[in-house]
Amino acid sequence: MPTFVYMTRCDGCGHCVDICPSDIMHIDKTYRRAYNIEPNMCWECYSCVKACPQHAIDVRGYADFAPLGHSVRVHRDEQKGTIAWRIKFRNGTEKNFLSPITTKPWGQAIPKLAEVPAPSKEMRDSELLYNEPKYIRLDDGGLRTLESAGLKLKMGVYY
Amino acid sequence: MFTSNPFAALSASLSPAVMQAYVVVMFILVIAGTLFDVVHKGSARYFFENFRRSKAKAARPVGGGEALSIAVQTAVVDVLASGEFCNPRRRIAHLLGMYGFVLYVLATVVLVFNASASPIWTQLWWLGGLMICVGGYWFWFFIRVDVAAEGNSPFRLVKADLFILSLLASATLGLLWAASGGGVGVLFGLYILATTVLFAGVPWSKFAHMFFKPAAAFEKRVSEANGTAANLPTQTRDDPEQRARHSMELLRDAPMDMGLGIKREAPRHY
Repeated sequence: MPTFVYMTRCDGCGHCVDICPSDIMHIDKTYRRAYNIEPNMCWECYSCVKACPQHAIDVRGYADFAPLGHSVRVHRDEQKGTIAWRIKFRNGTEKNFLSPITTKPWGQAIPKLAEVPAPSKEMRDSELLYNEPKYIRLDDGGLRTLESAGLKLKMGVYY
Repeated sequence: MFTSNPFAALSASLSPAVMQAYVVVMFILVIAGTLFDVVHKGSARYFFENFRRSKAKAARPVGGGEALSIAVQTAVVDVLASGEFCNPRRRIAHLLGMYGFVLYVLATVVLVFNASASPIWTQLWWLGGLMICVGGYWFWFFIRVDVAAEGNSPFRLVKADLFILSLLASATLGLLWAASGGGVGVLFGLYILATTVLFAGVPWSKFAHMFFKPAAAFEKRVSEANGTAANLPTQTRDDPEQRARHSMELLRDAPMDMGLGIKREAPRHY
C-alpha cells in the first residue's frame, strides 16, 4: 500500500522528504509539491503520512479492497505526545486508537555510533552484521526474557 | 517622492479617464478569469459536492451559530493570519506579500480615481509595494522549497511562477517608475505590461487562490466540527475518557503540551 500525495493539500514543506527512509519522497520540479517518485519501493512505513503537517499524504489500498470504501488514517500530535489511528472497514465498522508516541530523542535510546568502538577486522570479516551478536545475545547473558528484564506480562497493549 | 501622487503627474501625458478605464478593465479581467477558472477546473462543483458528502456523513450536525463561529475563525486564523502555513518563515513572507498587495491595489485605485488624494495614500502605495518586494524576493530566493531544499537554481522558471513573478515585476517596476520621476517611458510600459499579465493571467496563474483557499479552509473546519474530518482521527488526549485508557498509561502524568518533536527542526536533513 504505497503512499501518495494529495497535491492540493501539500504546501511543499519537505517534512516527508526529510523523513522517508527509502528516499523516495521528492519535491516535484514543476509544481513544487511532494510526490512519491517510486511507489514500488515504498516500505509502507507510514513515516511520511505521520510527519505531514497538512495530512496531505495517504496510503493507496490494494486494488482488491480499496474501492470498497475502507480508510486507514493517522494523526501524529507531537504537542500532546499522541498518535491516533482511525480505521474504517468496508462494512462501515470504525475503530479508533490513541497511543503515546514512543519515539525517543536522538542519543537517548539509540546508540551514538561515534562513541562505540569501531568493528575489528574479525568482526568485519564475519558474516554477522555489526553489533548483531550483542543484539541476539550470543555473546553473553543467555536469552533475554521478561523475567530477566524484571518485567511482568500484562493484559493488552502495554508500554 | 513619497508624498506626490505618481498617477497625478502622469495625467499630463495620459488622460485620467484612460487610467481609470484601465483599472476597471483589470478588475473585470480578474472577475472573468476567476469565474473561468472555477468553471474550467470544476472547483466550485467539487467543493459543494464534497461539502454535501461531508454533511451527509456527519456524526453530529453543525448549526447556524456554530457555522458562523467557524466562518469567523476561518477569516481570522486562516485568511487574515495565514494560519495554514506550518513554516513560520513562509507564513511571514506570505503575510508581507498579502497585506502589501492589498495596500498596493487599494492605494492605486484611490490615487488613480482621486488625483488630489491625501499624501498618506501615496505613502501606503509605497509601503504596499515595498512589502510585496520584501516578502516576494525573500520567498523567491530563499524560502521556495525547490531552492531551499532541492538545491535548484532560483532562476529556473516554470509556468507555476506566473503569479509570483508578475506580482513582483508589477510592484518592482511600479516603484522604480515612481522613483525615476514617473511619466510615460520604457519603465512605465514594462510596469503596465507586468500588471496586465498579473491581472489578465488569472486562468493560468494561482491568482485565484485568494478566493478558493478560504472556502477550502472553511470546509476543512466544518468537517472537523461535524466529526467526518476527512476520515482523520478525532480522538485526543483532552478527553478525560481517552486519558483513562490503559494504552495511555505512559502519558498519565505528562504535561498536556509536550513541545515539538521532529517538527522542532526545519526539514533540511536530506
